[in-house]
Parts: sequence; structure tokens; C-alpha cells
Amino acid sequence: MTPALQLDNVAIRFGGVKAVDGVSLSVVPGDFVGLIGPNGAGKTTLIRIVVGALRPDRGAIALVGSDITHDSTPTRVRKGLAVTHQVVRPFREMTVLDNVVLAAGFRRTANPLTAMLQVDRRAESERAAGILNRVGLAGTEGQLAGSLPLGKMKRLELARALAVEPRVILLDEPLAGLNNVEAAKQIETIGAVNAQGLTVVLIEHNLEEVMRNCRRLVVLDNGKVIGDGEPLAVMADPAVREAYVGSGAGAHAED
Amino acid sequence: MSAYEISVVSVIGINVILAVSLNMISGFCGQISLGHGAFYGAGAYAAALAMVNIGNPALALVIATLVGSGLGIVVGFASLRVRTDFLAITTIGVNFLFTGIVRKQQWLGGEMGISNIPGSGLGANGNMILIMLFAGATVAFSLYVNRSWMGFSFRAVGEDEDAAATLGISAGAYKLAAFGLGTALAGLAGGLYTFFTQFIVPDAFDFILSVMLMAMVVIGGIGSTWGVVLAAIVLTLLPEAIRFVNDYRLLVFGGLLVLVIRLAPGGFAGLVGRLAWKARKP
Repeated sequence: MTPALQLDNVAIRFGGVKAVDGVSLSVVPGDFVGLIGPNGAGKTTLIRIVVGALRPDRGAIALVGSDITHDSTPTRVRKGLAVTHQVVRPFREMTVLDNVVLAAGFRRTANPLTAMLQVDRRAESERAAGILNRVGLAGTEGQLAGSLPLGKMKRLELARALAVEPRVILLDEPLAGLNNVEAAKQIETIGAVNAQGLTVVLIEHNLEEVMRNCRRLVVLDNGKVIGDGEPLAVMADPAVREAYVGSGAGAHAED
Repeated sequence: MSAYEISVVSVIGINVILAVSLNMISGFCGQISLGHGAFYGAGAYAAALAMVNIGNPALALVIATLVGSGLGIVVGFASLRVRTDFLAITTIGVNFLFTGIVRKQQWLGGEMGISNIPGSGLGANGNMILIMLFAGATVAFSLYVNRSWMGFSFRAVGEDEDAAATLGISAGAYKLAAFGLGTALAGLAGGLYTFFTQFIVPDAFDFILSVMLMAMVVIGGIGSTWGVVLAAIVLTLLPEAIRFVNDYRLLVFGGLLVLVIRLAPGGFAGLVGRLAWKARKP
């Protein structure tokens, strides 16, 4: 089966720091992968490379069999990649609904000239309203996105990402800053879209939710993959515990 | 109508085209340009040369539009590299370069400009009607663009290019489109101006004009077509009606600009919106 997302020996360095150091990863379609690691492990950098915000020094990235290493971010998105950012960035001056309608119109906006010739938004508005309902933002459609509290902005970020009809979605700390009730609702939505076949890669510090939901766990440390597999088995690995929990648990520290 | 009234209405029409087209670049797409006078001037000179050498008014307008747009797309490429304040400074540079270069070109008449440009054959009245028709078409086009998916994407690019990219919107393509369209209309306005005066000098397209156009956009309400149209009309009439304003044009416009930014950042359009909102509340 063609992997939904494949990274092949991806590396980037900032000055003398190897932020991502030869990461290879193959994600099967429909999987729910948790990507964890201590602060500075390179998780967000890796996501930024996959999205196209950073150019890797070497390595290749493929999305459902198509090489996207040299594509721009918009091209990657149109090929089926979606991302939510750790720091949410809604279009604050637009309504909540318009934020999602614009995302839902990603086929119409691919090219400015064809976009100029199109006005009709009915289909996109309908789809956007459905997605907002799904993430629990029904009733906020007419509000300015900038006026939403953080918890709702996080959901709006997820709604926008879902609206581009992705095949793979990368979620960078979608639960950060949410209270327990909000986080539970958010992860439930993510689980539901995964159950419908969307491949999910989740970066999250909330280990409890990661362990509860992910079917596969990838651990990054110093830009390298140090653990990969079934979540409980990975967390039991001494090398992972050493890196993740810290030197206090370092009974098996290697020289 | 007296000759004076015809000339005032013609200038209003030209300023409406210029301000509305600048609003497409700076208001809709958020790319601050302080060099709109250069594209206007490029169109005017192109039309003048076309009239002198070919003498076909329709062709002269087409050439003016294409030349304005061509220069605009070149500058648009700069907008892919520099953002916000740096783009504003770059476009100021473009305006100074334009007037500076034109002043030194013998074939463009140097400081003396180009005079005795053949007329459009429509007469002053006909020119005025032609200008008003194009101004109306520009306003209609601007209103349409704002409703289209292109205008929708412009707003996204203007607010946050990186966020737009994650929705599949290529910010670079849209910025080029905004510059290409806005400066095409500026070039067209230049062609119409050439018909109107039949005499052009570099000073007519200098940086001060660009600042006045930006003042129209900001005072009218950046992004609002109707607000900008209103501001273009009022700010064109003000120096005609009040002698003081004419003598201290930059001072008055600069002062208005500061007042609007300080007290009513939405300009005319924002004020009207706020009043309407208050009226609806009991």
C-alpha cells in the first residue's frame, strides 16, 4: 500500500545545530501517529519541513506517492496536506464562517485569474457550516474570528484544516491552552475524522491524550527518531524514557 | 457646463480611477504602495508617444494600460521579496526613479515634457464623458472583484500570507495579480489624463501625487470602494473650493491623514459603519 506520508532521510541544520537529523518515516493511510519528544527535539521543525515552510538540506518527502519535496506550501495543501499551527492564526478580520469558507474554496482560489471569474459561495458556505458544527463552533458563524476565545480559535484552526479536504493532517499541539473539557471535545473530533479514514499526525505534550488515541508513537530527540512503534511498547523503551522523562530515570543511559 | 467645471469633473474621474485602483493593491491585498504615480505616469507617457506616433486614441489607451501593468508586475515581483514598510519604501523609490529617469530622457521631452499631443478627437466634453465612463467601470470592477473569490483571497493574503498558504492560496500569485490589475488601471488613467491635458510633464506624476492618492485611500477607508470614491471626490474638490487648501495641500492632506489614522482608522467607510451600527441599537 502506498504510504500516506513518507519522509526519506530528511535533515536540516541551523548553523551548527542539526535540528532534524536524517528522519525517515512512513505513515500508512488512516493511521493515527503521535509525534512526541522533549522541547527542542525538532518536532515543529519537522512539521514545518513537511508543510513546506522550511526547505530541508537533504531528504525527500512524498504525499500519497507523489513527491512534494520541491512543492510550495499551497501546492502541498492542494495535493491533500493540511496543518494546524501551535500558535493559531485565524484571519481575525473575517467572520468565523468566512475563515472556513475560504478554506473550503481551495479549488477556486488555486489561481487568481480563475478566482476572479467566480463569485458563488453557496456550496462552500454549506460545507463550512457543516464543518463548524462538527468541531463544535455552531452558532459562532457570524462572529469575527479575532473575537473568539483561545479554545474556540483552536477549534476554528482545526475546522479550516479539515475544510481543505486533506488526506493527511498534521496537528501541532491542537490541545495546548485548552481546558480539560475543551481538550476532550477537540480530541474526540480528531478521533472521529481519523475514523473516517483521514491520516493524522499529532504533536502533543498532553501525553495522556496521545497514549489514549494514537495507534503509533514516534519519539524524536535531538532531531533523530529514537523510538517508533506501538505506544505502550515505545513508552516502555528505556532509551525513550531516558530522553523523554529526563536523566532522573536514566538507569540505562548509554555512553 | 463651463470649461472649468468640465476640467474639474475630468480630474475627479481620473482621481477616482487612481484611488480605486490603488485601493485594490493596498486596501484589498494589503500591499502598501506609495509609488502609484509612477504607473500613472508610465501610462500617460506611453499614451502620449502612441498619440504622437500612431494617433489612434483607442490603441493609445490599450498601450497605456499595458505599459502601466507591465511596470506594475515588475514592481509586484519586489513585493514577493519585501513586505510592509520595506515594500512602501521600495515603491517610493520606484516613483523617484521614474520621475528621475523621465526628466533625463530627451525622447520623453526631459523636464519640459511632451506638448502638442494630438487630442482624442472627442473634445473636452467628450473626454469628460469618456473619463466618467471609465471611472464608473473601474468602480463597478472594484466592487465585483471584492465579491469574487479573488477579492476573498486578497483579504486573506493582506492579513496573513503564511496562513493563506496553508489554505492553498499562493500569496505571491495574488500579490502579482493585485499589482498587475491596479497598475493597469493607473496606466489607463494616465492615458485619459493625456487626452485631457494634451501636455504632460514629469512633475505631474511625482511622489507627492502618490501620497495624495494614498491619503484618498486611507481617508476614504482602506479596502472600501465607496469610501475611497467619496474621498477622491472630496479631496479633489477641497483645493478647488478653498484657496488655503490649495496653497498648503500637503500640509492639509498630511494633517487629515494623521487625524484619520488617530481618530477613525476605518476612514469615511468606518465612520458610516459605526454610525449605522449605533443607529440600529436602541
